Amino acid sequence: MLAFVLTLVLLLGIVIVLAYAERKVAAFMQDRLGPTEAGPYGSLQSVLDVVKLLQKEDIIPAAADKKLFKLAPILIFAAVFAGFAVIPFAPELVPAGIGIGVFYLLAIISLDVVGLLMAGWGSNNKYAMLGAMRSVAQIVSYEIPAGLAILSVVMVCQSLDFQEISYQQGILLNRFSGLEFEQNWLFGIEALGIDTTKIGGITTWNIFRAPILLVAFVIYFIASLAESNRAPFDIPEAESELVAGFHVEYSGFRFAVLFLAEYSMMVLVSLVAVILFLGSWNTPLPNLTALKLANWTTGTIGGVSGILWGGFWLLSKTFVLLFLQLQIRWTYPRLRVDQLMHLCWKVLTPIALAVVLLAGIWRLLMI
Amino acid sequence: MERTALKHKAGFWEVTKSLLSGLRLTWKHFTNAGKRRNPVPVMDKNYFNQPEGLVTLTYPYEAIPVPDNGRYRLHNEIDDCIVCDLCAKICPVNCITIESVKATEEIGMTSDGTKKRLYAPVFDIDMAKCCYCGLCTTVCPTDCLTMTPVYDFAEVDIKNMIYHFTDLSPEEAAEKKQLLQKQQEEMAAAKAAALAARKQQG
Repeated sequence: MLAFVLTLVLLLGIVIVLAYAERKVAAFMQDRLGPTEAGPYGSLQSVLDVVKLLQKEDIIPAAADKKLFKLAPILIFAAVFAGFAVIPFAPELVPAGIGIGVFYLLAIISLDVVGLLMAGWGSNNKYAMLGAMRSVAQIVSYEIPAGLAILSVVMVCQSLDFQEISYQQGILLNRFSGLEFEQNWLFGIEALGIDTTKIGGITTWNIFRAPILLVAFVIYFIASLAESNRAPFDIPEAESELVAGFHVEYSGFRFAVLFLAEYSMMVLVSLVAVILFLGSWNTPLPNLTALKLANWTTGTIGGVSGILWGGFWLLSKTFVLLFLQLQIRWTYPRLRVDQLMHLCWKVLTPIALAVVLLAGIWRLLMI
Repeated sequence: MERTALKHKAGFWEVTKSLLSGLRLTWKHFTNAGKRRNPVPVMDKNYFNQPEGLVTLTYPYEAIPVPDNGRYRLHNEIDDCIVCDLCAKICPVNCITIESVKATEEIGMTSDGTKKRLYAPVFDIDMAKCCYCGLCTTVCPTDCLTMTPVYDFAEVDIKNMIYHFTDLSPEEAAEKKQLLQKQQEEMAAAKAAALAARKQQG
């Protein structure tokens, strides 16, 4: 219960910062100022937006399917929020440390699609319906390359546990029960003879342990943009043609929940990308002979310093990815439906399949 | 760097380069966000010469200065006004209303040395009607009617768009009218007396 509350508070904090960052980053990239009035540099703008949404009337259209309409936002947010349960925030700090975290996450996130379709259908509005159909088509399609990219990580790491995958990518490798005698080699190849177990840092991140995962990371990142309905894959929302997509009929608190779910999804996919590919809560600084940078920036397991360092590295890496998501949104134009499907089925999926094969071969080299 | 349009099916590296150049562009603008465009007036030679920085003008807090010869809100310096009515006559939209009352004696001098002989109990300019042609300022013989650099003077009530420039209160105006009437009556009386005297003589 405590983990639930803490995660929710943390998530709300991140989402509020993100909503503000979105507007500021957008403004700066377009040579504007962005919000300036509420608080210093407009920093209270997103708090005010939330307060405004909570005060608004909760309108349910007369022709809507009321049960579906009311239930959809809750289901969408619950599906995304449930995914946070298995995310490790620091060594020994995970809301629910289940052994099949990756599998659970993929399964629970897919439930999102049901909520989207309920919202679109329940609104009884052509824009909402079209938006929901596009959204579902897009998410279901892009789950395949994303899933394959994750599968290649799982093959390299030989684990479905996020926490175990995290431990593998740093100097704390031998501290995880079951991995006491494991060793990390540069690029995962023992024949090179460079033991990176004690070096840690960036050299033990998954994209370095098995460089083929760099390709998997790019595939996962593109697919995750599509899964969270972010530009350039935002045809489900497409302000200029569909008004707002599946949430066009929502107002007040329900809209706030949908908005929260959307931004939580962005945070979640970035967190997963960081955990699976970019070293999770591990420091990026390696130990260099006398300079024990990795040791200094890791802290002690289970202690306060360990939690603070872990949380710091995990969140700062996540924010870098989130910034990239924002920058991509304000750089690239929206893809057409056929281009979207072409990219997914004819480009990403075949490459992801090849990456899975190569990751398997790499794993054989790593033994 | 020469820029050419990306061909259809240009190949993986070309497309990647193109995507990265897009990201570079937005990143450049993001890193330049610390700079602001200076709110220099249009006369400044750097006005069109500021390619970098945020362009937003936080208007009520800062404003671009207007040109000296710009035509905005009218102002009449009533102390310098000789109430000649030229501005009201030339106004193409009749937005200036002037009533004049002759003074009983000379009431002073304008700053350029012209004698003032008229009071103006009403000197109203309706800025809601004004077409900002500036003709009134050109004909004004004492240069008391001028265009100011003020352009932000919207009002909720349109009646507030009428600007009153008179320096006389209604009571003073009535008094001046009475004085004039009295003087005229006295003059008429004097004239009549003189006429009668001449008749007697003749």
